[in-house]
Amino acid sequence: MPLEIHQDAPAVEAERLTVVRGGIEVLHGLSFTIIPGRITGLLGPSGCGKTTLMRALVGVQARVSGRLEILGEPAGAPALRRRVGYMTQAPSVYGDITVRANLTYFAALLGVPPAAIDPLLETVDLGAEAHRRVDTLSGGQLTRVSLACALLGRPRLIVLDEPTVGLDPVLRKRLWDLFKEIAAGGATLVVSSHVMDEARHCDELLLMREGRILIHDTPSALAARAGTDDLEHAFLTLIESTGASA
Amino acid sequence: MLKLLGQAGERVMSQTLATARRVMSQLRHDPRTIALVLVVPCVLMTTLRFVYDHHLRVFDQAGTPLLAVFPLATMFVVSSVAVLRERRNGTLERLLTTPISRLALLGGYAIAFALLATVQAISVCALALGPLDLHVAGPTAMVLVLCVAIAILGMGLGLLASAFAQTEFQVVQFFPAAIYPQMLLAGLLVARQRMPGVLHAISDAMPLSYAVDAMHHLSHQHGVAPALWGDLAIVVGFAVASVALGAVTLRRQTA
Repeated sequence: MPLEIHQDAPAVEAERLTVVRGGIEVLHGLSFTIIPGRITGLLGPSGCGKTTLMRALVGVQARVSGRLEILGEPAGAPALRRRVGYMTQAPSVYGDITVRANLTYFAALLGVPPAAIDPLLETVDLGAEAHRRVDTLSGGQLTRVSLACALLGRPRLIVLDEPTVGLDPVLRKRLWDLFKEIAAGGATLVVSSHVMDEARHCDELLLMREGRILIHDTPSALAARAGTDDLEHAFLTLIESTGASA
Repeated sequence: MLKLLGQAGERVMSQTLATARRVMSQLRHDPRTIALVLVVPCVLMTTLRFVYDHHLRVFDQAGTPLLAVFPLATMFVVSSVAVLRERRNGTLERLLTTPISRLALLGGYAIAFALLATVQAISVCALALGPLDLHVAGPTAMVLVLCVAIAILGMGLGLLASAFAQTEFQVVQFFPAAIYPQMLLAGLLVARQRMPGVLHAISDAMPLSYAVDAMHHLSHQHGVAPALWGDLAIVVGFAVASVALGAVTLRRQTA
């Protein structure tokens, strides 16, 4: 059973991962491993390369060099298209059709049975909104439609680009509870944010700055290293110290 | 092997139909666009009829080729904006992270737009051949087939244009660039044989010329002449080529 073999294999394995955009190197030889069944937070200031790294993970980024394996396959391999869910930063769903029509369409492309749609809508708390046109929804609802589309077909790796930005605290908490539930089911999540406050929800953190990984550690270890419980403060301290040594 | 092909084929087919359903449902939610697509050609055809009120023979000669221009213009604009939106709002990127084949994506668009073009062609033909009394010697079915082929061509050209535009403003500017020259040289104004050699040669390279030639045939001749099949084949060839070129611009990986 090939599944058994992959069970303990890393969900993501990157070795000297480099990305060039517009003739400029934006990711500089990243090497890291992501263990399955965990939530990894991808944190760092805007423009540090979080989105580019996520696009590389899901296989849509051009000009990637180095080694990047996702669930035992090279990133972008056709076999991964059913096993990787991706939610872009801007909610990429169709505004001029209903919530259900969006999910029905993406489900058909993935070969997911339509019966899976209703439970998923309940999961993201959009059951009552199913018949509404997407462009009449609030920002938080829109995000959840996009999220639901990324969760279709129970992907093993779920890459979410700033899924909680601009949402109210209640909704943010609900989403993080959902992410933990999904991770408990064995899926791996990579979630980006530039709000350090969210880091405490993650099992592991990848702190990025200017196309490099500064630190890959657990939130508690990170706090310990910086000598503070405040992750925002810890991050600033670490950025300053590495900035000085660079 | 056959079974494997069958399964793959089935998957492409179901993805194609899902895409067609999605595009049609987007169109359905936009009744104003549908109304414009259907009403404008009818209004223009009626206008032309009264422009030639005292020269009804000329109306027959000018009106029939015009039937070929509507689907080209409409589908170019509709598809270029629709696909540009998909590129800009991230849905195209998301689609290409799913197992959808590009063939299915374009096939779905083609089915939806062909249906719209068919409804458009039926409504304008019903008006022109009925109350406006336009005389077309050839079979009406052939007029409709040509209109659908030209609609697919318009879609392919629109798809291509969307790859070279950043905004909806820009993509609409491709309309005069891609369509007007074809209208000038297709033989709508002056027969192509009577144009200067260079212009005739350029018009030979433009798909609308063959569509207009075909409409001229249909206007004058009963039945379907072999030359008409030739023109239709060329229009279909251009349509397939433009869609295929457009497909090349749908990259799974982008910078």
